[in-house]
Amino acid sequence: MTEKRPIAEGLFTWPSPQPALLASRCRQCGVAAFPVAESCMACSGQEVDVEELPRRGTLWTWTIQQFMPKPPYNSGETPETFQPYGVGYVELPGGVRVEGRLTENDPQKLRIGMAMDVVFDAYRRDPDGAEIVSYFFKPV
Amino acid sequence: MDVAIVGIGIHPFGRTPARSGLQQGAYAAREALKDAGVQWQDMQFAFGGSASSGNADALGNELGLTGIPFINVANGCATGGSSLIAAWHAIKSGEHDIGLVAGFDKHDRGAFNADPKALGLGDWYGEVGMMMTTQFFAMKIQKYMHDHGISANTLAKVAAKAFLNGSLNPNAWRRQPISETEIAGSMMINDPLTKFMFCSPAEGGVALVLCRADRARQYTDTPVYLKSAVLKSRRFGSFEVFAPSQALEQVDGPTVDAANAAFEMAGVGPGDMDVLQLQDTESGAEVMHMAENGFCEHGEQEHLLQSGATHIGGRMPVNTDGGCLANGEPIGASGLRQVYENVLQLRGQAGQHQMPGNPRLGYTHVYGAPGISAVTILQR
Ligand SMILES: [Zn+2]
Repeated sequence: MTEKRPIAEGLFTWPSPQPALLASRCRQCGVAAFPVAESCMACSGQEVDVEELPRRGTLWTWTIQQFMPKPPYNSGETPETFQPYGVGYVELPGGVRVEGRLTENDPQKLRIGMAMDVVFDAYRRDPDGAEIVSYFFKPV
Repeated sequence: MDVAIVGIGIHPFGRTPARSGLQQGAYAAREALKDAGVQWQDMQFAFGGSASSGNADALGNELGLTGIPFINVANGCATGGSSLIAAWHAIKSGEHDIGLVAGFDKHDRGAFNADPKALGLGDWYGEVGMMMTTQFFAMKIQKYMHDHGISANTLAKVAAKAFLNGSLNPNAWRRQPISETEIAGSMMINDPLTKFMFCSPAEGGVALVLCRADRARQYTDTPVYLKSAVLKSRRFGSFEVFAPSQALEQVDGPTVDAANAAFEMAGVGPGDMDVLQLQDTESGAEVMHMAENGFCEHGEQEHLLQSGATHIGGRMPVNTDGGCLANGEPIGASGLRQVYENVLQLRGQAGQHQMPGNPRLGYTHVYGAPGISAVTILQR
């Protein structure tokens, strides 16, 4: 079986039958941040708890990346195989607005306010054969 | 002690293969010194910066090593503005009488390459393709168009005006007018922004000579006074570039904060300004910055742009030299270019791109990653 590794430790629960994005929440002011931070940007508090973010939210804004970015972009694509991709902020109720890649890249199929689910999927394959998993937002 | 700008110099923006960034800075510095009728040896201090062309204090190797305090400034797109603020304080405090501010740069072609680690972000953020300033601007204007009824045609109009103004400015990079149709039909970069709606990294240099206001007439018949110079960084909750998440409750960004502070400091309001240079990293930025700086309500831009109010002959001229869109963005020089242009306008020396009506007050604004803004107000 192919090994699956998260693109970064601590971004989301992994491995897990039902992965979720992870946020820190300040004990002092209650503000949440993604990814998990050790201190609070809102109030400078240094005590935070880690929690799972909701899996469904609404699209706050979006764009389509139409050209292939230079490194550090690392998707395993070449200029010949590059596919434009969507990027957006999804408002997760009670949490934060999280920036992420979208599974949809057709501007006609995206509109502000639409419901989105977070999904976890293979992003690229590393030289050792492992699948690198990242999070994406997918229209419901 | 008030502060006056008594000398200005520029090296043409664009591409100059024969000169390094530093040499373009030295060219601008010599022009500024000549404009003020002074020598490099007369300067008591200097502040300067470049993002890609080395330390600004290497200008001493070009201009002469005089032993003055030359302080290198590095503050992204606000490098020029930060140098200017430092120089302003140096004179206002009484520490120095006269000094030089310089900014220059020479960047490679294509979008800037940002390093996640330099901004405290994980490598993953760049690997998945979100370390792109262009995406931020696109997402900000996308949301703004949705909320405030700005049309795609208005974005094309901003760029068309920039290239028209650039065609009138001998120091601009892009000197050919481009039609709205061609702008709207050029390659989509980040929806809703097309290729011709974005500025590109480029080259250029600008320098200014500043002195105590009470001595300004020694050097020039047309002193321009620096009434305020303000830099603000983002507060928690403002929507900024390179943010993996943002707060649910949004607050005003650094542009709004810098504008408010600058108006208060100068004792004037947005309605008093005659000519505006606003950060136009892309078309949408100019539209949003008009309102963020206080020059109209959110959404009013649609009518203002469609009616031509921001053209050189309009009632609210914006980016009379072609802005970043027509000049490109050499990071170290970009903010000082705006100040250079306003001094020209207030002196009545802008030639073909001179606005009518003897402008008295000019406003400059830069915005850049990771959420900083610098504003100046100049008065004839
Ligand atoms: Zn807090």
